[in-house]
Amino acid sequence: MGTPSSALVLEARGLVKRYGHVAALDGADFELLRGEILGVIGDNGAGKSSLIKALSGALIPGAGEIFLDGKLVTFRAPIDARQQGIETVYQELAVAPAMTITENLFLGREIHRPGLLGSLLRLIDKKKMNAVAISQLSGLQIEIGSINQAVENLSGGQRQGVAVARAAAFARHVVIMDEPTAALGVRESGMVLDLIRRVRDRGLPVILVSHNMPQVFEIADRIHIQRLGRRAALVKTGDITMADAVAIMTGTITHH
Amino acid sequence: MPPVATFGPLLALLASAAFFASQSDRFFTGQNLSLILQQVMVVGVMAIGQTLIILTAGIDLSCGMVMALGSMVMTRSAVDVGMNPYLAITCGLLACIAFGFLNGALITYVRLPPFIVTLGTLNIAFAITQIYSESQTVSGLPPALLFFGTTFRIGQTAVTYGTMLMLAMYFATWFLLRETSPGRHIYAIGNSPEAARLMAIPARRLLISVYTIAGLIYGIAALLLVARTGVGDPQAGQTDNLDSITAVVLGGTSLFGGRGMVLGTMIGALIVGVFRNGLTLMGIPSVYQILITGILVILAVTTDQLSRRGQ
Repeated sequence: MGTPSSALVLEARGLVKRYGHVAALDGADFELLRGEILGVIGDNGAGKSSLIKALSGALIPGAGEIFLDGKLVTFRAPIDARQQGIETVYQELAVAPAMTITENLFLGREIHRPGLLGSLLRLIDKKKMNAVAISQLSGLQIEIGSINQAVENLSGGQRQGVAVARAAAFARHVVIMDEPTAALGVRESGMVLDLIRRVRDRGLPVILVSHNMPQVFEIADRIHIQRLGRRAALVKTGDITMADAVAIMTGTITHH
Repeated sequence: MPPVATFGPLLALLASAAFFASQSDRFFTGQNLSLILQQVMVVGVMAIGQTLIILTAGIDLSCGMVMALGSMVMTRSAVDVGMNPYLAITCGLLACIAFGFLNGALITYVRLPPFIVTLGTLNIAFAITQIYSESQTVSGLPPALLFFGTTFRIGQTAVTYGTMLMLAMYFATWFLLRETSPGRHIYAIGNSPEAARLMAIPARRLLISVYTIAGLIYGIAALLLVARTGVGDPQAGQTDNLDSITAVVLGGTSLFGGRGMVLGTMIGALIVGVFRNGLTLMGIPSVYQILITGILVILAVTTDQLSRRGQ
């Protein structure tokens, strides 16, 4: 990658997405800096989820531009964003419960054996995949036991850990997390928040979409507040109170 | 903990074999065991295709009729048309592959449920078989079509090449499902279609391939059927769809997809074969064999459900 030319990793300008007369995105801007956790908050219908979908390739905006490391990019499908190094941890986790942790980490991206065995017969290299899986999980301090157990035998927090580890393993630029703690209890939520910090500390910026305001204020470096299909504010977490953030979300006050 | 489904079928097979061995001196002879293999050979091969499809959370009701069509194409081409027998076999295989592809295309591109699609193609294949064969049995087959019914000796026991082909196909399928990425993707699309989609697994291409390969496997079953019976029989295969599903279920594969092992299916087919054979040796009429098969299926599914609920 070389020396980063700018602190900006991902940027969007003037994103528009209309469904009939409703504008889910109405000229939304977005920016993500190197090494930060960016919280994205907003009321229901503010266009949070459309914004995230546009950045992860799940939605094609009608207008606007997305820049990754300063270069203009176009995503027609989630696979395009992934190939550019943007990984998403979906709310529903996207794991196959009956399959092992290793298999889920590499689902759709298996490592094949070298030579014709791999290219022609599509034989997978289980040893290598297991080794990468172990180093990935231990690097993020995810404690799981055997990586050859089925994901359905894990707790909710551990499953989330597998999904995060997969994203972190393959992301080269950005990890997007959509409501990662929505289905978890307090203790497991705390574990996942620590995990998100570790992903950031390894140099990957994280976009965290969440309804949980205290969590966003606890973990985010900056906060993007979405309202009526646009970015209503972009603030450092220490520069705003939770009450003011809610007020901006609901339109009671406007940010300068 | 692996569910009972992993070892249950094997235990059931061993227990039933032990039981029949205690009831009849003739059961545990090389000759009788070879006979059991020959009796399960056709349904056993078909059940490989059925397993692949059920692993994707699909089902194939058309397999027996597609096989019957394939066997009529092979035998009529060779005998009535006078085609080179190997070319005749190829035509029969192609007919089965075409039906498999049709099933797959309707399921993925028209997005129809596998149950309905294969119920339709079951009837279509049956009608074409009757029209094409004029409901006439074809006999006087050339040796090439009978090869898999011929035997070689292991010690005192005569074993058919067809049963060896069946065993080889089971082990090859087991290996490929376990060790290749398309094999793992078959499990993934059956276990969690949503995860497979989000992880960009090419589900349509994979499903079409699975149904098409299943068609090829039914074609091979057709060749084994012809070799075993020595004729082209337009009435063949009419209960084989349910028999193959029985083998899959007895073998511990989940009808909901994504869980199971193809070697389990082989054991499932053998369980049915052992029961039919053993009960016959004990002089019990064949309707009771059907009754017991029905009870076995329900027992197998119940055990499987209970073992999963416990997790």
